[in-house]
Amino acid sequence: MGKTIFDKIWDKHVVKIIEDGPSVLYIDKHLIHEVTSPQAFSGIEKRGAQLFRPKQIVATADHNVPTMNQHLPIADQLSKYQVDTLIDNCKKHGVELYGLGHEHQGIVHVIGPELGITQPGMTIVCGDSHTSTHGAFGSIAFGIGTSEVEMVFASQCVMQSKPKVMRINIEGAIQNGVVSKDIILFIIAQISASGATGYFVEYAGSAIRALSMEARMTICNMSIEMGARGGIIAPDETTYAYIKGRPFAPKDAEWEIKLAEWKQLFTDANAKFDVEININAADIQPMVTYGTNPGMGLAVTGTVPTLESITDPTEQQNFEKALKYMGLTPGQSLLGMPVQNVFIGSCTNSRIEDFRLVASIIKGKQKDPNVKTLIVPGSQAVAKQIIAEGLDKIFAAAGVEIRQAGCSACLGMNEDKIPAGEYCISTSNRNFEGRQGAGARTMLVSPLTAAAALLTGKISDIRTMLN
Amino acid sequence: MQSLQKITSRFIPLRIENVDTDQIIPARFLKATTKVGFGKNLFRDWRYENDDETKPKADFVLNQKQFSGDILVAAKNFGCGSSREHAAWSIQDYGFKVVVSSFFADIFKNNALNNGVLPVTVTDAFLQQIFAQGADATLTVDLEKQTITIDNTGASETFDINAYKKTCMLNGYDDIDYLLSMKEEIAAFEKARG
Repeated sequence: MGKTIFDKIWDKHVVKIIEDGPSVLYIDKHLIHEVTSPQAFSGIEKRGAQLFRPKQIVATADHNVPTMNQHLPIADQLSKYQVDTLIDNCKKHGVELYGLGHEHQGIVHVIGPELGITQPGMTIVCGDSHTSTHGAFGSIAFGIGTSEVEMVFASQCVMQSKPKVMRINIEGAIQNGVVSKDIILFIIAQISASGATGYFVEYAGSAIRALSMEARMTICNMSIEMGARGGIIAPDETTYAYIKGRPFAPKDAEWEIKLAEWKQLFTDANAKFDVEININAADIQPMVTYGTNPGMGLAVTGTVPTLESITDPTEQQNFEKALKYMGLTPGQSLLGMPVQNVFIGSCTNSRIEDFRLVASIIKGKQKDPNVKTLIVPGSQAVAKQIIAEGLDKIFAAAGVEIRQAGCSACLGMNEDKIPAGEYCISTSNRNFEGRQGAGARTMLVSPLTAAAALLTGKISDIRTMLN
Repeated sequence: MQSLQKITSRFIPLRIENVDTDQIIPARFLKATTKVGFGKNLFRDWRYENDDETKPKADFVLNQKQFSGDILVAAKNFGCGSSREHAAWSIQDYGFKVVVSSFFADIFKNNALNNGVLPVTVTDAFLQQIFAQGADATLTVDLEKQTITIDNTGASETFDINAYKKTCMLNGYDDIDYLLSMKEEIAAFEKARG
């Protein structure tokens, strides 16, 4: 029987299979950041152990950094201490750090790919659930807890049970005004926030093949939002073209060797999946979430479900709790609803292509005066590219300020928070209660739908605003 | 790591589905650089009005005095979302030794096991039987036998755990000790793959 791309990569990285237990899985790249690494460093020190392969680790500060005045000391003392701890730990243990002020600094899942660190066939882990992003390059990438960060420090391995495999095939052309964020929000709304738990998901089909690397990253990024261990897309010419020439990409003769290896990374025609799901790309519309998990999504022109449509009593109770939190009523339409905040950023949608999309909509127009914005590039490199392409002038002319790189209002660890009770149209990945600040009401959308809200101050159908 | 063999305790019923790790421990408490003291902020925003410890929310189960115990029982898809191990640290620090649900998110399950908190997956029907019990009811979780029992009805189910993790949990071993003992094997693996 043939093998899936997932099996091919997994099998090559198994050091040992423990009988009736997990496998010891070798990790090629370990990405770390300030929030989930300090206890792992102190753990390893307490054991009197050394980092096993410090050269395979890359660190950055992203979760807990301000997005203004990054040249000044961090004002929040706890945040400052955490970022300083990362600096000390990296120095002490010989780990490369792209900290604040470094040209490579940025959200860990933005910089890995843009520096060419992320490559097909690799195993990649990070103490962050959105590590699934890197699967867009045909790698096995997944989030781990801090104990597992310590395991990789100690041995360059983690203990993992092999997940089942699911394939989601998306065939056909997507509608104008629909982008990859809508595809993944559509999928999660179909299979629920737990529908892929226990699985690794391969995304395939002509609609996936047609996507850019940035768009593929958005899809793989949100795999965790349906419970999946990770997402993966087989590499192709689009992948190779993206990687070639990046700072840590293989060069010259090594490039040719790697390329030949990468071209073997595909799912064999006769490989079997535990689950396969088929989606017609034309069915996907611009999406928006109405509830408090990413599975509670609908077409922007749709209506919130009614109470009667939910049969299970516990689910009904949860649905009512979510709507109460969101200040919405069953059966209501969302189109035209006023919003007070727009957040464009996060490891889901803060890459250069996302800013090009937004700029294409707001060019020559003005921001709605009632909307507050947080527009945050994913990395220093993206920020620089925004200026190089003159997009900054389009944002400035629209009355919108661009911040400095970081995770920002996606999780509200720094001062970028949404006030209680206010709505935020957000390109991030989670609409959990309080995620963007206590009482904040998050609605997840694509960069295009966020741009539409930025101009109108309302939830709008971007399709009616395109030429 | 704390070992766990068998426990009989009352339980705290949390009848909420899709409890995400942002609810278990909100992001603003992730600025710590140690693992201690997270229990007081467990479910912080469900527990207190406006982040004020003097104003507990009466409708939240941790604030209802009739409920107590070392076992947390939650509705399906417990621990979804962020990989933050701080969620497992909070649950452990609060005093829970076992979490029961009909479905756990993957990363949380690993994080719990790595901190001596046993995740016990039961069927939906059994979960409903537990929720139907009064506040005085107790559960017995026997890791050696892999059983969970509602003591006053005698209803019992077996649960899955792989033999390796079970041994770790019964003896308080952790994976890092195991991996440290494998370093030579790992170095040989690296050499072989070139």
